[in-house]
Amino acid sequence: MTDNNLIKKLWQRPSIIIVTLLFLFLLVVPKIVTGYYLHAVILIIMYATLGTAWNWIGGFAGQMSLGNAVYFGLGAYATACSQLWWGWNPWLGLLLGIVLSGIVAFLIGLPCFRLKGHYFAIATMAVGEIVNIIFTNWDAAGGASGLYLTITESSLLNFQFASKVPYFYIVLVLLVLATAITIWLKNSRSGYYFRAIKEDPEAAKALGINLVNRKLMAIILSGTVSSVAGSFWINYMLFIDPPSAFLIMTSVQIALIAVMGGMGTVWGPIVGASIIIPLSEGSRMFLGGTGSGIDLVIYGLLIMLVAIYQPGGIVGAVNNYTKKRQSKKKATLKAVQEVSE
Amino acid sequence: MSEVILQVVGSGVLWGFIFVLSALGLTIIFGVMDICNFAHGDFLMMAMFLAFWLSVWPGLDPMLSLPIVAIAIALLGVATYWLLIRHVLKASGMAQIFVTFGLMIFLRGLAQALWGADYRSITDPLVQGSWNIMPNLSLSKPQVVAALCAIVATILVYLFMTKTRTGLALQAVSEDKDAASLMGIPVQKMYILAWIIGAGCVGIAGGLLSEFYYIYPEVGMVYGFLAFITVALGGFGSIKGVFYAGLIIGMVQALGGFFFGSAYQYLLVYGLYFVCVVVRPQGLMGRR
Repeated sequence: MTDNNLIKKLWQRPSIIIVTLLFLFLLVVPKIVTGYYLHAVILIIMYATLGTAWNWIGGFAGQMSLGNAVYFGLGAYATACSQLWWGWNPWLGLLLGIVLSGIVAFLIGLPCFRLKGHYFAIATMAVGEIVNIIFTNWDAAGGASGLYLTITESSLLNFQFASKVPYFYIVLVLLVLATAITIWLKNSRSGYYFRAIKEDPEAAKALGINLVNRKLMAIILSGTVSSVAGSFWINYMLFIDPPSAFLIMTSVQIALIAVMGGMGTVWGPIVGASIIIPLSEGSRMFLGGTGSGIDLVIYGLLIMLVAIYQPGGIVGAVNNYTKKRQSKKKATLKAVQEVSE
Repeated sequence: MSEVILQVVGSGVLWGFIFVLSALGLTIIFGVMDICNFAHGDFLMMAMFLAFWLSVWPGLDPMLSLPIVAIAIALLGVATYWLLIRHVLKASGMAQIFVTFGLMIFLRGLAQALWGADYRSITDPLVQGSWNIMPNLSLSKPQVVAALCAIVATILVYLFMTKTRTGLALQAVSEDKDAASLMGIPVQKMYILAWIIGAGCVGIAGGLLSEFYYIYPEVGMVYGFLAFITVALGGFGSIKGVFYAGLIIGMVQALGGFFFGSAYQYLLVYGLYFVCVVVRPQGLMGRR
């Protein structure tokens, strides 16, 4: 009987089944796909992680950050520079990146959370540009030409592997962790506060909800997890330069993944990354190299369409649909009951 | 030394006026409908490319094709309003931000796909060379002309906004669109007008800029961003604020470039903006 109930409960929440299947499928992916396609899957998972981290500021705390590439870049540069300058182990570099990004996130969040909408977006873009200019002109950190990581023996301790498969599992663990944080955040007191302020800011304020500390927590969390993704990226690619680290377009793409998938939802960023990354990689592959512009045209069109027709994102739309269906079902059930009575 | 500084300040002021004109459109649209057009810089880029192609065929210099470019970009603005903005006016702030971001990426990609990523410039422009005003002070002619045109355009827009009935109606809509609508002001028409003026201004700025600056798909990146900073520094929606902020930014980037090297000139501008935002979030002249 209890088993039956469990199955019933699971059936009512199909997303859990789908996601479990998805993760199980992902576990066997490296056995099936190889080479470039595995690289694409790693990209998807990494961007899903970055989008998930953005979702905490953008989707939950409701602050449109367009500077999340800063944390990503800081993580990558902290790992690369600490290895080149002081011979640090990449894991130590990763920790350094976490600390640095946490501090930067705090310094951005503290003054900027007073700003709303466009003001916050532009302020975070300005921070991104400032960091970009600093690193482009900082010769000790490679300047405009970027930094290469020295290749060491393939091992977990060195965070370097000859094959892509270990990288795949590491980034998958990171995504699972980030998703777990989202679930926790959504069901925590902060999650309720964030939703309350989104539904009705005046009423929430009247109830004495003060969000600054919770928003700070969200931005610091977001910064540190993005930084870990950056540290992963440099160990995977062994190369970083300012454009690939701090470009505004990267920040926009990170935000876009979450928005398109569904802001404030748990699975939105994963869905968003699974659509956007293959799209941009695919159009890059089939429509000529980067710089042809066609990929950007398609990309831009897609963003405009989503913003106009589906501002809740894909997961948001699916949720609305299932909710509607459920309420319809309930209505029919009620009607049937009333008739039978 | 002091003459060199004078030279730098002069060039900074000239740039400042161009910034004012290019940011003016952004602030009008923002003031009237509370929408920040993130594709603004790419309107500028489109204007520059249009001016360039008109100079190739039928051989019109950007100074002469200015009205054509202004009208074309104004139409682009109307199309943007009608096809995109109209549909997100009641949507969330995120949808509003993203729709113009999509447009930005779209226009940039379109320019890259059609014309490649090369840098172009007008060959043999109508206005070139420089004036030697003092032994050590020479101002580039196209920049002076562009600055003068920018001043004239800014004054005209300011007079229109403050002295004509239509301009006052626009301001009324930006104050309170419901009340304005009750007073019989056609809000939808005012929105379209705001886009015509806003996009027209940036069209003129792009035409003027194309006379002496490189034309490439990414050019909107820096100028668009400077326009946001100008508007945010001046206070969203404020015309006077944009005027002061544009001049301040022109000076800061010129002096910063002179003292710290051109690599850092925008660093100072962004830094200044960031400090301003912390001290005075609503900008110099913004309403709270």
